[in-house]
Amino acid sequence: MATQSRDAAIVGVYEYPSRDVEGKVNPLQIKAASAAKALADAGLTWSDVDAIYDASEGAPMSGLMISEYFGIKPSVIDTTGVGGSSYEFHAAHALRAIRDGKAKVALLTYGSTAHSSAMAIGAGGRGGGVAPGDNMESFAGQTLIANYAMVARRHMHDYGTTSEQLAEISTATRYHAMRNPEAVEAMNDLEFLNIRETTIEDVVGSRMIADPLHLLECCMVSDGGGAVVIASADVAKNCAKTPVWILGTGEATKYPQNGADLTSSAGVESAPVAFGEAGVTPAEIDIAMIYDSFSITVLTLLEDLGFCAKGEGGAWVEGGRLRFDQSGGPALNTDGGGLSSNHPGMRGIFLLIEAVRQLRGESSSQVNDAKLAVAHGNGGMLGGRHSAGTVILGGD
Amino acid sequence: MAEEQKKVPSRPMPKLTELDTGDFWHATKNKEFKYQQCANCQTIVWHPRAHCTGCVDGDLQWKTSKGQGTIYSFSVVRLSYHPFFRSKVPYAVAYVDLDEGPRFLTNVTGVEDPLTDVHIGQRVTLEWEEYEELSIPLVKPV
Repeated sequence: MATQSRDAAIVGVYEYPSRDVEGKVNPLQIKAASAAKALADAGLTWSDVDAIYDASEGAPMSGLMISEYFGIKPSVIDTTGVGGSSYEFHAAHALRAIRDGKAKVALLTYGSTAHSSAMAIGAGGRGGGVAPGDNMESFAGQTLIANYAMVARRHMHDYGTTSEQLAEISTATRYHAMRNPEAVEAMNDLEFLNIRETTIEDVVGSRMIADPLHLLECCMVSDGGGAVVIASADVAKNCAKTPVWILGTGEATKYPQNGADLTSSAGVESAPVAFGEAGVTPAEIDIAMIYDSFSITVLTLLEDLGFCAKGEGGAWVEGGRLRFDQSGGPALNTDGGGLSSNHPGMRGIFLLIEAVRQLRGESSSQVNDAKLAVAHGNGGMLGGRHSAGTVILGGD
Repeated sequence: MAEEQKKVPSRPMPKLTELDTGDFWHATKNKEFKYQQCANCQTIVWHPRAHCTGCVDGDLQWKTSKGQGTIYSFSVVRLSYHPFFRSKVPYAVAYVDLDEGPRFLTNVTGVEDPLTDVHIGQRVTLEWEEYEELSIPLVKPV
């Protein structure tokens, strides 16, 4: 721990509370409202921001548009857009910009109305793309869920993983969601049935969406957004809240290749870089904020991050060790995750936000004395082209 | 507009004009599954494209697959909102490893019940779905 560099910290966070905005606000307004709240959380204001990060999902040339809309004059502009993990990439880039002395206060924002604008995501139609990859694939009618399901199917084939084991991911996140009032409200607003803690039987008994993935193994489609403020060490020490340090980061991509192993993700490459830079091991991690688009995403990533060996994830998650009040493993997605709290299409920013809440002691499923967290985003499709961003965070 | 609305929904069709993959699709009119191999470094490039990913002085040559392969993984889709595929559920989507190397995404056809009749490791052969300008490479169990 002594050798860790502490050059940049998350000093402000905000999660937009509504998951169903009913057409009353747009994604850009969600970004701005969240940015103002996150800056206030840090004790900073618009004019302090000198680095802007945006996933460029909202508009062409978003680096220009977002600066004007916020009314800021950044000297670092980064519009890395790699899907749901974009915000882990942004945190990595902000650390480097701050470490290089190019910036002191970085602002990351996200806003989406995926639910209220009825965006077709999980089971929506694909096709019509002209990128060369799409032109070879769109004829097959692969839904996004089916893509992840193919990873699950191969994992079951190679390692004997069962649906009951995958269901442990869903029951753990719901266990946490029921303790988070915003998650409960989200499930009400999105008209979930039977909003309560779930059992393994509930999950495997829910309707099949794309074999072998059941309804309760799939994330919600909500509205939402949020913001994260990252500051240099000298700014952080004067901020309103306790800083949460960015200790290590890793970035990688993977895409369909002949003969590739579908049961491993790009996390295999990003995680060792991040853990290495932070000088910590998975066994030391208290909080695992892992992108739970589907149950199989988490199971695959627990292995790829090194919490257990490849193929052993199924047995490892049995018995509820991922719950915040159980020992023997990290607490998983203590806000309720994308499965049961918030998934407007790109969940990566919420991984950082809840990790910060835990390391500040502000979570609704607070782990006693939480010191270290990992936030791992997976963008794109796990069984196709995707990105991996790993961020290791440490308390002050 | 009214004409559009009366159209029966169709499978999303590949674009013959796409510059990297158009040659592949033109060849499917004759039920030929073409793939590329570099004469310089032997890399099998899939999906098709204009450059070799294995070396910087590549010499890509088109080869024709014998059309035999193995299912690497699959899923049976039960829910789709796509105008064409919503009426096709349940249907099987699969990654198929052709014996020559390329792994491609397709549908498994020619099975009575995709829920019980499709398996990882299953041997399959190409089954073409013919259209006016091109054919779609599906697979069926051997």
